[in-house]
Amino acid sequence: MNAAHGIRARFTLDYPGFRLEVDLALPGRGVTALFGHSGSGKTTLLRCVAGLERAGQGLLAVNGECWQDSGRSLFVAAHRRPIGYVFQDANLFAHLSVRRNLEFGMKRVAASERRVALGQAVELLGIDHLLERMPDRLSGGERQRVGIARALLTSPRLLLMDEPLAALDLKRKNEILPYLERLHDELDIPVLYVSHSPDEVARLADHVVLLEQGRAIAQGELRETLARLDLPTAFSEDAGVVVEAEVAGHDAHYHLTRLTFPGGEVLVSQRPEAPGQRLRFRVHARDVSLALQRADGSSITNLLPARVEAMVAADTPAHVLVRLDAGGTPLLARITRRSADQLAIAPGQQLWAQIKTVALLG
Amino acid sequence: MIFDSADLAAIWLTVKLASVTTVLLLLLGTPLAWWLARTRSTWRGPIGAVVALPLVLPPTVLGFYLLVAMGPNGFIGQLTQALGLGTLPFSFAGLVVGSLLYSMPFVVQPLQNAFAAIGERPLEAAATLRAGPWDSFFHVALPLARPGFVTASILGFAHTVGEFGVVLMIGGNIPEKTRVVSVQIYDHVEAMEYAQAHWLAGGMLLFSFLVLLMLYGSRFRQGWQG
Amino acid sequence: MRRVRRFCTALLLCLPLAATADEVQVAVAANFTAPMQKIAADFARDTGHRAVLAFGATGKFYAQIRNGAPFEVLLAADEQTPARLQEEGLGVPGRRFTYAVGRLALWSPRAGYIDPEGRVLADGDFRHLALANPKTAPYGAAALQALEHLGLRARLQSRFVQGENIAQAHQFVASGNAELGFVALSQVFEQGRVTHGSAWIVPAGQHRPIRQDALLLRRGEHNPAAQALLDYLQGDNARALIRTYGYQVE
Repeated sequence: MNAAHGIRARFTLDYPGFRLEVDLALPGRGVTALFGHSGSGKTTLLRCVAGLERAGQGLLAVNGECWQDSGRSLFVAAHRRPIGYVFQDANLFAHLSVRRNLEFGMKRVAASERRVALGQAVELLGIDHLLERMPDRLSGGERQRVGIARALLTSPRLLLMDEPLAALDLKRKNEILPYLERLHDELDIPVLYVSHSPDEVARLADHVVLLEQGRAIAQGELRETLARLDLPTAFSEDAGVVVEAEVAGHDAHYHLTRLTFPGGEVLVSQRPEAPGQRLRFRVHARDVSLALQRADGSSITNLLPARVEAMVAADTPAHVLVRLDAGGTPLLARITRRSADQLAIAPGQQLWAQIKTVALLG
Repeated sequence: MIFDSADLAAIWLTVKLASVTTVLLLLLGTPLAWWLARTRSTWRGPIGAVVALPLVLPPTVLGFYLLVAMGPNGFIGQLTQALGLGTLPFSFAGLVVGSLLYSMPFVVQPLQNAFAAIGERPLEAAATLRAGPWDSFFHVALPLARPGFVTASILGFAHTVGEFGVVLMIGGNIPEKTRVVSVQIYDHVEAMEYAQAHWLAGGMLLFSFLVLLMLYGSRFRQGWQG
Repeated sequence: MRRVRRFCTALLLCLPLAATADEVQVAVAANFTAPMQKIAADFARDTGHRAVLAFGATGKFYAQIRNGAPFEVLLAADEQTPARLQEEGLGVPGRRFTYAVGRLALWSPRAGYIDPEGRVLADGDFRHLALANPKTAPYGAAALQALEHLGLRARLQSRFVQGENIAQAHQFVASGNAELGFVALSQVFEQGRVTHGSAWIVPAGQHRPIRQDALLLRRGEHNPAAQALLDYLQGDNARALIRTYGYQVE
């Protein structure tokens, strides 16, 4: 990765009972998820990048600009960093209307540096009707959309989002996710996105950093990283892969949609997308079972030929995780150790993966 | 006329003293309260205790020490004399100094509580929106602390109006300079002019009640940041 | 057994004392503080009664007595207040007398500041002249009369600082905040001379005599200790002591 186009972040920070120690090289574009359980240090890492937390030892360079270098006693104060920060609970100013909240950051950026217009942000997040309201008259989802718009209006060169959906219920989450996806698609701003939800990460991220106890235990491109077997068992209960597919066609009679991807195809309940459009779906390891022969007598319709690549222990002694290659698409299967022994699973073996269900993202 | 000219002079002087004291206390107390609300310094405890002292000290103790300290041989007196200001007792300026100390906790503590209640988070939000420390202070912290300022102003003013012990000690009962309403009431009582004492004392009572009514009334009006 | 008997004997010996040793609540004018403390001590020694003393401004005592304060004897700083209480039925008829005639002094803690004729009043460049509030304190009223007699009242009025009572006037001067002031001679006088600083004892003819009256209050009418105290005040021992503080006695 070119140093001028990327984020280099190296921090060591000690708190009583907690130590953050990371050294990361992240892509300078797209969405990078900082993923881990609560207490793993992901929010602290984000705050270090924002300059809200000052790591004793730290080096931070974003797309060629150095914001912190403890070796040179360099520390750019938070308010001098061209970032946007979306807080977990929006953190709007209670004494200002939505409009004045939005203008707060915008007014403090030189007019020549503004790349996001008020109207554009308002339209992108669908908050036009809220402009004259006070924050205490907004729902949680509305507040979060205002918080995102407010951050965007500083025309940040890096957008930091701290679990923007964590405080919301499922309905509100689904209300905001499309806006985040539009953000991803329409604005070319690199995003660091803190989350503990695999679904959110799978849906939004291009790149993922897995954090545990203040350390980065894995990082890389989303699909590869999620399909890795060497990650701690803590993640394996939720283990799964993300597949990017194309709508191939619809079956009007059975109300099904056919999705194709390298390595095969799956049938899912009918989707509104037109043929040719791209979709992401997630396949949980626990929803994949294995068979030595093609089981035509089964109610499971989605069958893919696959080759065993590796097998490791899972989160319980009763289970194992098997990594498969389905014609170029990685898959994970979580099966009982007993089944693995009966099927004599071994690397290189050819078999059939039965996919009970897929979770479509968006 | 219920009030004679001496009463009116005392009322006017009291209003003037309370206004000057309140304005000065807001100016001096705001940075102090901000510091007390946010510092992690070991001085926070001792300084906070000194600020709260007038709450528990009898005003006569404060007045007595001020009389001695501001006198020609006291350290404040030495300082004011060296600056060519003379000594402060028996002057309006002296009363202002006394009132500043006497009413300080009534201004600093509501402000300190208001600043503490705001917490770190709005200021962090401001920082990520390009606002520097001063900018944040004036455009985020001060407006958010507004209920605290309302309370501090009302309490500071009202408490100064009610001041007696300190004024008695350092005032010298000089008409239009140091004879405030509370002293005037005391004089009326001592001189057995009970009717006049009643009018002034009743007026004070009414004033204090109205002030508190304003305070508690405004608590309900402030929808956000109760 | 012997110890028990000894204890009982001691107890019996105490009984007659306890029966006659009463307490009397006394309100004392501030200027009479120092002599009264001595008198109370002597009184206790000589009679076994205890005088509980409260010091303050006469006007305040008046208001308190009218409103039920538990004083049995009043030693006022003037003669008007006891007379008024008596008229109002709060005093015992026939038990009012002048226990001391106060003298006024112009005093400064600085030695030599005040000349023996008090000319400093006319010539001095002092900023503040302390006196007790003339409206409420007899010594303040006397000070004003003396200044009028000297023809200096109008000229000096702007330099007045008033204490609520004579004790506070003394404090203003003692702390140096006022260069000089009119105080009760008793406050700066002991054993027949001025204790420290310099003073001019204002001639008695320059103001109305400050007659300080004692009064037996209704509450003390049947208290033997109150009666005893009034008698004691008129005795030779007390009169001699009062005189050493610069008061005149009749």
